[in-house]
Formats: sequence, C-alpha cells, structure tokens
Amino acid sequence: MSNPPLLQLEKATTIFGRGASETVANKDVSLALDEHESRLISIVGESGSGKTTAARCLLGLQKPTSGQALWRGKDIYKLKKQERFMFRREVQAVFQDPYGIYNPFYKINRVFDLTISKFKLADGNTEKLELIDDALKAVNLRPHDVLGRYPHQLSGGERQRVMLARAYLVKPKVIVADEAISMLDVAVRAVIMNILMDFRENLGISTVFITHDLSAAYYLGGDIMVMQRGRVVETGSSVDVMNNPQDDYTKLLLSSIPSPDPDQRWGSAPIPVAAAD
Amino acid sequence: MTTTPTIEPKAGRAQLDRKTTRPLLQIENLDIHFPTPNGLARVVDGCNLTINHNELVGIAGESGSGKTTLVEAILQIIRFPNRISNGRVMFSPDGNEPVDLMQLNKRQMRRMRGEHIAYIPQGSMNSLNPVMRVGAQIVDAMVDHGISDRQAKEKVPGLLARVGLEERVARLYPHELSGGMKQRVIIAIAISLEPELIIADEPSTALDVNVQRLILEALANLRQDMNVAIMIVSHDLPVHAQLVDRIGIMYAGQIVEAGDIRSTVKKSLHPYTRGLMGAIPSIGGPRERLGGILGTTPSPSNWPDGCRFHNRCPHKMDICTSVQPLLVPLAAGPRTVFGEEIDVLAARDVACHLYPESTPEGAAT
Repeated sequence: MSNPPLLQLEKATTIFGRGASETVANKDVSLALDEHESRLISIVGESGSGKTTAARCLLGLQKPTSGQALWRGKDIYKLKKQERFMFRREVQAVFQDPYGIYNPFYKINRVFDLTISKFKLADGNTEKLELIDDALKAVNLRPHDVLGRYPHQLSGGERQRVMLARAYLVKPKVIVADEAISMLDVAVRAVIMNILMDFRENLGISTVFITHDLSAAYYLGGDIMVMQRGRVVETGSSVDVMNNPQDDYTKLLLSSIPSPDPDQRWGSAPIPVAAAD
Repeated sequence: MTTTPTIEPKAGRAQLDRKTTRPLLQIENLDIHFPTPNGLARVVDGCNLTINHNELVGIAGESGSGKTTLVEAILQIIRFPNRISNGRVMFSPDGNEPVDLMQLNKRQMRRMRGEHIAYIPQGSMNSLNPVMRVGAQIVDAMVDHGISDRQAKEKVPGLLARVGLEERVARLYPHELSGGMKQRVIIAIAISLEPELIIADEPSTALDVNVQRLILEALANLRQDMNVAIMIVSHDLPVHAQLVDRIGIMYAGQIVEAGDIRSTVKKSLHPYTRGLMGAIPSIGGPRERLGGILGTTPSPSNWPDGCRFHNRCPHKMDICTSVQPLLVPLAAGPRTVFGEEIDVLAARDVACHLYPESTPEGAAT
C-alpha cells in the first residue's frame, strides 16, 4: 500500500446530545486528501447539513463520535506533541467571520509575528519582513496598505486576504476554508476564490471549501460533496454534479439558485415544504 | 402550508406597464452626512432615485456604499449624529397630498412608518421578542396605530396566510420557528397596516437558497395581492435579477446607474455595474476566471475627486479625475461602448463620462 492520505475522514459520525435531543450532525462522512495530488473539494449544503462539523473534524476541533479523523494515517486526536505541531502547520483554517477573528487591540502585524515565532520560520527581522512581504504579495495585498494598521482599518476582503496570507506563511498542505466568502461582497469573493485556485495550481495547496453557495463551488471546480442532514448525498467532480445532478436534494438546491440573468427564471419545480421551513 | 407559485415574468411586466408610471417616492439630491473626528463623512451624497406605485425596485452595491443609510434616512430612523443637510424625499401615496418626509416632525413620521411605509430591517427576524407569542407581536404594531385589540387579533390569521404560514403559528414562540418562518412573520408584521411601500433591507441574506427563494417569492406576490411598492436592498445582484422591475446601483453614496433590470444587468452602462456582473460566478457554461473589481471602496470621509469610481475603473479618462458625472437619462438609440453596440431602449439613467450627456455643461473636456 502506498502512503496513507494526508488528511482523511473515515466514516466519521458525530452525534450531539443524547436521548430525545440527539442530533446526528455527521453520519458516515468519508473524505481523503492525498499529499501529492492537490485538490479542491467543496462541501455544500444548507444550514444544519453538517458541513461545518465535517470541517471541524478535519481541523481537529471536534472529535467524531465514531469513525476516525486521520492525519498521515494517524488519529488526529491521539497525536504526540511534535506530531500535533506538524499537523497544525500542515492544515490551516480560514473561518467565516473576518471581523471576529482579529483582536482589535493589536495591529495586523501581530498575526504574522505570532505565526512566524510559533513555527520559527525566520532568523532575524530582515528575513521575517521578507516572508511577510512575500505572503502579502501572494494574496495581492500591498504590504504598506496593511502592515502597521489595526483590523478595523481594513475592509472585510482585506482581512480575509490577511488570513490567507497567514496561512500561506507556513506553507501548509491543506487550507480548510469554512464559509470564507459568505460575509464578503461579490466583487471580493471572486478575488478570494482566485487566490485559492492559484494556491493549488502554483503551490500545490489543497483546499476544503465549505460553502452554501453552489455557484462558488462550480466556479472553483475540483470536486464537490453535497450534504443533507449530516449525510453525504452526492459526490463527484463539481462540473459534472452541477450539470447533471443525480440526487433530488442537489437538484432542489440547484433550482433555487438565483441566476444573474433575468430571462433565466428560478426553476419552476415547486419546493417540498419539508425541505424549506 | 401552501407553496407560493413561481413568479411569471410576463404577468409581472404587464402589471408594470399598467400601473407603475406614477411616482410614489422621489428621492432628490439627498445628502446624509456624519460629523466624525476625521472630518465630515458624506455617507449618502447627492442621491437620486424614484420608486413608482406598485413597483419592485432593487438597490444594489457593495458594503459601505450607503444603501442602509439611505433607507434609514427615508424612514427618519437614522441615528445621531447624522445631518440630513440637503435634499427632499417626496412621498405621494394615493388619496393623500405629496409630503416631503424630511420635513415631518417626530409624531407625523411615527404615523407614516408602518401605516404608509413599512420597514424590514436587516436581520430583523432575529429581533422577535423571545418571550412573546408570534401572534401577540403581530397585534402589537396594529394596536399602536389605533386598531382595536379585537380587530387586530382577527386580522392575524389572514396576515399569516398572506405570507404562507398556518394559523397555528400565531401561538408559537420565535424559537419554535425556522429562519424562513421567522422572516415570514416579520413580513406579516410589515404588511399588517397595509402600507403603500415596503422597504426590505437584505431580507434573504442569512437564509439558505431554498428558503431565500420562498421568501422572495412571497414578497413578490404581495406586490400583486396588496398593490404595494417594494424596495429591496441587497448586495446580491442575482436576487435582484430574479425579483425586481427596476434597479439602482449604488456606489460611494450615490446612484450611478438606474434602469429596468433586464437591460441593466445584461447591457450594463456603468463600468462599476459591469465589474459587479463580471464578479458573479454562474453555473453551467465554461468556467472562466472572474475579474472582480480591483481596489477597495473609498472612505465616506474622503471620496475621490471627480468620478468616485475613477481609481478602480478600467475605462478611466482624464476628465474622470476632476469632474463629477451627473446621473442623467440617456437618449434612446444605439451606442458603442465597451467595444459592443448597446441599443438604449427604455429610460436608463447613468452617471459616467463615457456618455457625453453625463458630463456637466461647461466642464473642460
């Protein structure tokens, strides 16, 4: 057998609560990312479908009730200290809220300084500044627009790009982006998605992209996993799935997406009430 | 619960032709300024827009373009220390004299809100009172506007039915409802006093796509059922494309393009609108790399001189840096812009120097 996958969910089932209030957030979710073949995987579904729980399992933030979350074949929740450190370096997260993630008392530089000192990326100040410069350029930010400023002085798109720059700094293998574009303006969403696509193409960084926006998943390409009520209902290449959806739930999601063309009206298929309210 | 039927585009248009030629709300040169330690923030600055009777109008723009401040100003609920320094908002409901909303006192304005203009603020579905049953909250607004308690209670089932909810929902508490149901309750409160105009600020933003579609269709049906005009504020252009008759594109505190939805999104006249449309991924067809719009929204305390979009605009000319273009209706006829021929048909307003009408007379060219 070849090397174990870099990051893997193996029949992960996550259950919250017990008895009557038991909620199955994830049921037998499996997913694998290989080290040498970078991929873009979009996980889509409505609120409550378990997308974020799956992401949290991958990030080592939520231990599955049964099944496993594996990093290089080892259980993420049983890593030794040194392994855990490497795991944290190789798997980076970008979250939804670019406003809540920053400590408003510190300048933006601190985000980079902490990362660099934690992972001992640089010897001396010059090298540090070069690294930061390089990371900011990778996300199309000009260093003097960002450094030395406070979070409230940046726009949402800029803050989210700073988060991507921070991830870039440690040269991760995987970025888990949980609704990273949902709080941003349309014009900026495209910019963020382009960065993720470039990361994959130029640097071989895989992305697990959690979103409720199917058009974003289509744009990113790669693979897609459609989730409903904790289960994976459809997987495949995102272009195939969207052009030819097999599952009823996927079809429903697709027919509800508003098209930017007024001549292409919302699908006329009525929405089953159970799925809506 | 009934499923709302899909909006038929044809029926919508027919209604539009018949009824929407009389203006209901006319915003003229409206300025809303905030004094800040860093100087005067001109959040809304010279804004012009007209909403006709029984029309669905959308306002689109990036965060920070002044969309929400504009609607708050219309309703006079804008918070201290604002200064509405200039401009009029003429409101002409049927059977009443036109009034300038900016001149009304607090008591008159309080009657105007709810009775004539209903407001659905952003995220309001999360502001339902958690310890009151939904029915009581619907009654509240009506009683405040002088309807007797009994009459108000009698109206509740009808209002709930209008937005596609069952009667039993009135006896539930907000936490027992899903997001979509809560938003429907909010709409039921908004229509309880039969207003002429409903202003909805991002009514579907936090909802899933399925629920979003149902809510927006419920809103669109109200227009037909209740003879009401609806103004929808959303940053989401596809939502507008599916819903509204006319759209105003807002940038840096001003409307930069306004026109009927079909031609505005398909043959946009303003480079900003082009940029917005170019940033929307769509499903199906080839996957081309999207452009997005370079740069960031300017700050309201420091709008750029000339056209406020010039430092992000791919079509910048010399005049754009110094002379502010005016929002003017274009003459009908074919034009060549952006290397393509656009036949300007209906009344379309645009503020951009690419169109000679937009350049103020006497400005150096």
